[in-house]
Amino acid sequence: MAKTIAEKILEAHVIDDRQRVEPGEIVRARVDLCLLNDINGPGAFRHFENMKIDRVASPDKLALVVDHFAPAPNAAGARLGVSMRKFAEEKGIRHFWDLGKGGIEHTLIPEEGLIGPGDIIVGGDSHTTTAGAFGAFGTGMSWAGIAAILALDETWFRVPASMRFYIYGEKPRFVTGKDVILKIMQDISASGALYKSMEFGGPGIGQLNMDERMAICNMALEAGAKTGIVEPDAATEVWAKEYCKRPYTVVSADPGADYESRHDVDFSVMRPMVAKPYSPDNVVAVEEIKGVHVDQVYMGNCANGTLTDLRQIASVLKGRTIAHGTRAIIVPATQKVYLQAMAEGLIEQFITAGAAVTTPTCGACFGGHNGALDDGEVAVATINRNFKGRAGHAGAQVYLSNSYVAAAAAVAGEIIDPAKL
Amino acid sequence: MVFEGAVHVFGDNVDTDVMIAGRYLSLLEPEEMAKHMFEESDPGFVARVKRGDIMVAGKNFGSGSAREHAPLGFKALGISCIVATSFGRTFYRMSVDLGLPIIECADAVAFAKQGAFGRVDTTTGEITLGGKSLSTRPLPPFVQEIIDEGGMTNWVKREAHRRGLKLQE
Repeated sequence: MAKTIAEKILEAHVIDDRQRVEPGEIVRARVDLCLLNDINGPGAFRHFENMKIDRVASPDKLALVVDHFAPAPNAAGARLGVSMRKFAEEKGIRHFWDLGKGGIEHTLIPEEGLIGPGDIIVGGDSHTTTAGAFGAFGTGMSWAGIAAILALDETWFRVPASMRFYIYGEKPRFVTGKDVILKIMQDISASGALYKSMEFGGPGIGQLNMDERMAICNMALEAGAKTGIVEPDAATEVWAKEYCKRPYTVVSADPGADYESRHDVDFSVMRPMVAKPYSPDNVVAVEEIKGVHVDQVYMGNCANGTLTDLRQIASVLKGRTIAHGTRAIIVPATQKVYLQAMAEGLIEQFITAGAAVTTPTCGACFGGHNGALDDGEVAVATINRNFKGRAGHAGAQVYLSNSYVAAAAAVAGEIIDPAKL
Repeated sequence: MVFEGAVHVFGDNVDTDVMIAGRYLSLLEPEEMAKHMFEESDPGFVARVKRGDIMVAGKNFGSGSAREHAPLGFKALGISCIVATSFGRTFYRMSVDLGLPIIECADAVAFAKQGAFGRVDTTTGEITLGGKSLSTRPLPPFVQEIIDEGGMTNWVKREAHRRGLKLQE
């Protein structure tokens, strides 16, 4: 029977006797890369110690990235970094990025060429779905499940059913990959893709570069999905040839693949979208909430800290300054993105405009540090979640948007359609 | 496996940020995590839970952030079993791999009463709530196997032994 991308990738990775996989089945499989950060890494190491296995089965399949409590905001956070360094040293982990060396894991790993089309990437972080931008099957994993991979180089998956999103039409100005996923969230809700593989294709995809595709797949799990995959096209192959350090296999869906549901997304009628507090599916078009006063604008994280985002921000900030009464924080996702932004003069432009530019970190996105909010404060952020209490005080409010909308809010001091600035 | 206890009821889309806030993600001891469950939304929750209690929720329970602190905290509090219409998938996965019984039942939340007695049989899929008997799909055999072992750690130990891998003393 004709298969979806997720089914074909899983089929190529199963280690039991079966030749074919069906949605709902539980299969045992090998993965190509397992991603650990300074929150889930130390948790997984504890499970691994309790398993009493004396060596890591496939150390080169691991990537360790210190990105959450980085730089460490307190002693408890620092302890997690210590745990990461110790494990990397003791177990001979080659792919280890400490503070100052790497950046936010989901942006860093493709930049380093450690993933490729057709791969299975698992990670302790839920946003491991970002790997789908490159035609890979990326999904979040339990700490104990990661420990099992450390021990045995295998894991188990329930094969997801798949949903197909057909994207077409001409993309308007100020509409980005982020808006595609926010629009889909509005349509299907935060549980609309539970346990599913969301697969994005159609002629519209070609208008999005790899950075913008990352924004789509990054938030697939906010709709409940197990994974989100952009159908590989010419741009995927160009990217893979330039970046991938391992052999890869481009996997496309079979013609007539058995998708559980099919959805159309028409770019030509799309608007920049904003998710209101307190859920990423509480989505409206930007003009529906114009005028909301904004205390802080946070630009960056694993959804939107790419060079493409920084260029979009710069295009809005050009010749303008951050509004009186509003703070702007800009966080390049990786050291390489940061350096390139400097080379292009973007960082100087941000600082001149009155924005704070910080080192790459997950920081404020998960409420850890680097820009928390107090009771009653309102923020626009290019991040992926706005749950109650996530940004600091439970009375704080966060609106999620693309980088154009966020930068425009920073300049206007209120939510505004970037076209009206 | 059969679980019996008082029931704690939750609605739809309870996210893991609400279960345990980001500022506690540097904690490593489950007993420490347990002190902060639902700290903002339901400050009395931790004191109310007794060992063996059951949680019953609506759809997408444990949505959002993949933080094992949430199921680790519930397990440390003594929660014996979680029933929901559906689960956030990483929360589901984490619970299974920790050996915390977790089962889907579409109607359970409609009959669950806060503090009332509940009984869940994960092997047969029979659930009793507020005197009402419900039937749901039992856990898949492989999932039940992991839970029977008490989680992935014991499962891996058994597998390692079976495969003749070297174990530490």
